[in-house]
Amino acid sequence: MKRFAALIDRLIYTRSRNSKLALIVDYLRHTPDPDRGWAIAALTESLDFPAVKAGTVRALLATRVDEELFRLSRHFVGDTAETGALLWPDAPGAKDDPSVSQAVDALASATRSDAPAVVAGLLDRLDADGRYALLKLALGGMRVGVSARLAKQAFAQAFDVPVDDVEELWHAIAPPYAPLFAWGEGRAERPDLADVAFFRPFMLAHPLEEESVDLADYAAEWKWDGIRVQIVRGGSETRIYSRGGEEISTAFPELVAAFDQDAVIDGELLVRGDAQGGEAASFNALQQRLGRKTVSKKMLADYPAFVRVYDLLGVDGEDLRALPWEARRAKLEAFMPRLAASHFDLSQVIDARDFEDLAERRAGARDAAIEGVMLKRRDAPYVAGRRAGLWYKWKRDPLTADCVMMYAQRGNGRRASFYSDYTFGCWSDGGELLPVGKAYSGFTDEELKWLDKFVRDHTLNRFGPVREVEKSLVLEVAFDSIHASKRHKSGLAMRFPRISRIRRDKPAEEADRIVTLLAMAT
Amino acid sequence: MAKTKTWIEPHPHGIHVKPADVWIDPSRPVARAAVTHGHADHARSGHASVYATPETLAIMALRYGVDAEASHNAAFPYGEGFERGGVRFSFHPAGHVLGSAQILMEYQGERIVVTGDYKRRADPTCARFEVVPCDIFVTEATFGLPVFRHPPTSDEIAKLIGAVRAEPDRSVLVGAYALGKAQRVIAELRGAGWTAPIFIHGALEKMCNLYGVHGIDLGELRLVSDTDKAEMAGQIIVAPPSALNDRWSRRLPDPVTAMASGWMRVRQRARQRMVELPLVISDHADWDELTATIAEVNPKETWITHGSEDGLLRWCELHQRKARALHLVGRDLEEEA
Repeated sequence: MKRFAALIDRLIYTRSRNSKLALIVDYLRHTPDPDRGWAIAALTESLDFPAVKAGTVRALLATRVDEELFRLSRHFVGDTAETGALLWPDAPGAKDDPSVSQAVDALASATRSDAPAVVAGLLDRLDADGRYALLKLALGGMRVGVSARLAKQAFAQAFDVPVDDVEELWHAIAPPYAPLFAWGEGRAERPDLADVAFFRPFMLAHPLEEESVDLADYAAEWKWDGIRVQIVRGGSETRIYSRGGEEISTAFPELVAAFDQDAVIDGELLVRGDAQGGEAASFNALQQRLGRKTVSKKMLADYPAFVRVYDLLGVDGEDLRALPWEARRAKLEAFMPRLAASHFDLSQVIDARDFEDLAERRAGARDAAIEGVMLKRRDAPYVAGRRAGLWYKWKRDPLTADCVMMYAQRGNGRRASFYSDYTFGCWSDGGELLPVGKAYSGFTDEELKWLDKFVRDHTLNRFGPVREVEKSLVLEVAFDSIHASKRHKSGLAMRFPRISRIRRDKPAEEADRIVTLLAMAT
Repeated sequence: MAKTKTWIEPHPHGIHVKPADVWIDPSRPVARAAVTHGHADHARSGHASVYATPETLAIMALRYGVDAEASHNAAFPYGEGFERGGVRFSFHPAGHVLGSAQILMEYQGERIVVTGDYKRRADPTCARFEVVPCDIFVTEATFGLPVFRHPPTSDEIAKLIGAVRAEPDRSVLVGAYALGKAQRVIAELRGAGWTAPIFIHGALEKMCNLYGVHGIDLGELRLVSDTDKAEMAGQIIVAPPSALNDRWSRRLPDPVTAMASGWMRVRQRARQRMVELPLVISDHADWDELTATIAEVNPKETWITHGSEDGLLRWCELHQRKARALHLVGRDLEEEA
């Protein structure tokens, strides 16, 4: 447990992604099976011990520590696992430091009735850092900033294998991933994935920077503003994966139930909106359905989900990814009638005469859920990641608004000494400045220095890491779209806001009004 | 024996010793102040007369322009003191920072000790805490919760040295309070065999010199402002906590941000401060030291000031010790712990 505890501690305090990656790589290379597999599963929140809950730990602590002192400590520390780790009295004598897999075995076989004794037995064998690691392992909520994607990259880097292969294999193999490590270290063949609903890494697009492309070589489709998903049926199981390879099946049970064909599709998950006459609603509506472990009937009725299908990666046991787009498209069109039209429709190819015609249609697109245009090379196979020249995304021109800087916050890592995150607002009818968004990109390093100095020279108030500034600087903010939102006082939420220009020339009174922004809302 | 409540009176801005009309660590200007140590939440400027140890007076002269030589102020080495209005005052080591003292007051056969801030473990920059038997023990409670158990200082210093050696192209920037913590971290590093020059922020220079004058050898110190960036790669830099993420730190070679404080025991606290290398080094007693000290001094009554009073009060209750919380104001130098 010592190595795992040290890893968690370093990850907590390390902010840079590359440094986190290096720490995990080192851990995976130098830790034996099955500990490293359990550890990586714990980091990516892939473990669950139903018999051990926060209540178990609280009740257990009450047997060793005065309840009032626990309550005061918990209030101060703000986290049950950490409070427990610090409060648990050190057991006398040498600690034998159980391994991660011993801990996992004990926690997994615990029942509700013997869980307190099992956890107590483990805690007595650990020091404070080890106890923290154990309680986080048992309760989840690691919060060390390690996504499934980062873990897979670390694995690929640790054993010098292609990350695409790791992506595919990862979801097909259960923790502690022994066959995966055996393959990574060259001790075994690549595991066989027949009859498993495994994840295929997504093909991604570069932003279009060319002046134009020839539509004889490229097909155009609308780029929909939902979440990119892959739905896979293998064996007798259906799984839905998000772009990062996280499984999100439980959040969309109606889609899992409706997808009854042996196939793999790539598409955009959207929800239908009343305001859109049952057509795709804005991303804001879809957000109601994201990140949920269970879904209520009301959610299902209010925000019905469907998938607009872009591509067919496999069907009836055949892998289609090596085929050119045109051939896959023909198979997709033939396949679509096999899916329920209530939950799946086909992403239409835009029938543009030439690039100029396409540009006009893009400019004229008013649909709430359209983010722009995709251009796909007609002869390109489906390959993982971004490859030059194969797929382009051509987003709609951003909207802009002139806003006034209100608050600034320091950044992270390289930007820790700079005020680099800005909250900005627009004027209400009553002449009050209300926050409409927050941005931390879009400026050059030179502009950042200038903005940082502006914040320091115009601070009105300090609230911890946040400074309130004099309401005098106008920022031109670019954003992809804007939506009504009850969560914000201004009633608006921007999508992808970034600073496009610093308007030193413009007086704050002349910044935009909330009503102007409301008129842009979709 | 005198009735305690008739001769000593806690107020929000300090403890008033009535027969002598002397205030202990008052937070606003008074005629006569007895001061436990030089931190700003205990030592203020503007008192007509100050009674303290020679080191504390020197620190107050440096920080607040108090005239240490003036006849209306008086300095008392450890073990010595003065008498006024029938009360005998004396100063005894508290082990907190250079010159820090507990103040013992004796009046009509009753003994009261005010600790100021204190710790029990060894510190190369100041005299070690002495147990002074008394009837009423007025203790601090900065870390008065059982989650606070400071690890051995040598482990934390080893962690710091390990971090510098692990990445020789970077530097390690240690945030440490300008009075006491900074000099202690430096002295502990010297004790652990770190002989290279240590680079300091300009705000630490005068205090480090003062420690030197009082016989605390800190080895070779250099100012960051006088040094080229490249020269500080693989080196240790000490600065006040406020400088950690300030523009000042941009002149250092890719610094790893460390912070020496008892608060670093709690992970989320360290994260909030954007610290990458938390060092649990404190100049205050941890939970075990606080409770052991109360048991050892074994007073008839314990008064608890500034910090987590509730936690220590609860401990006293559980151990059938008479105790009360004083709720003094202005004792919140979080950076200094």
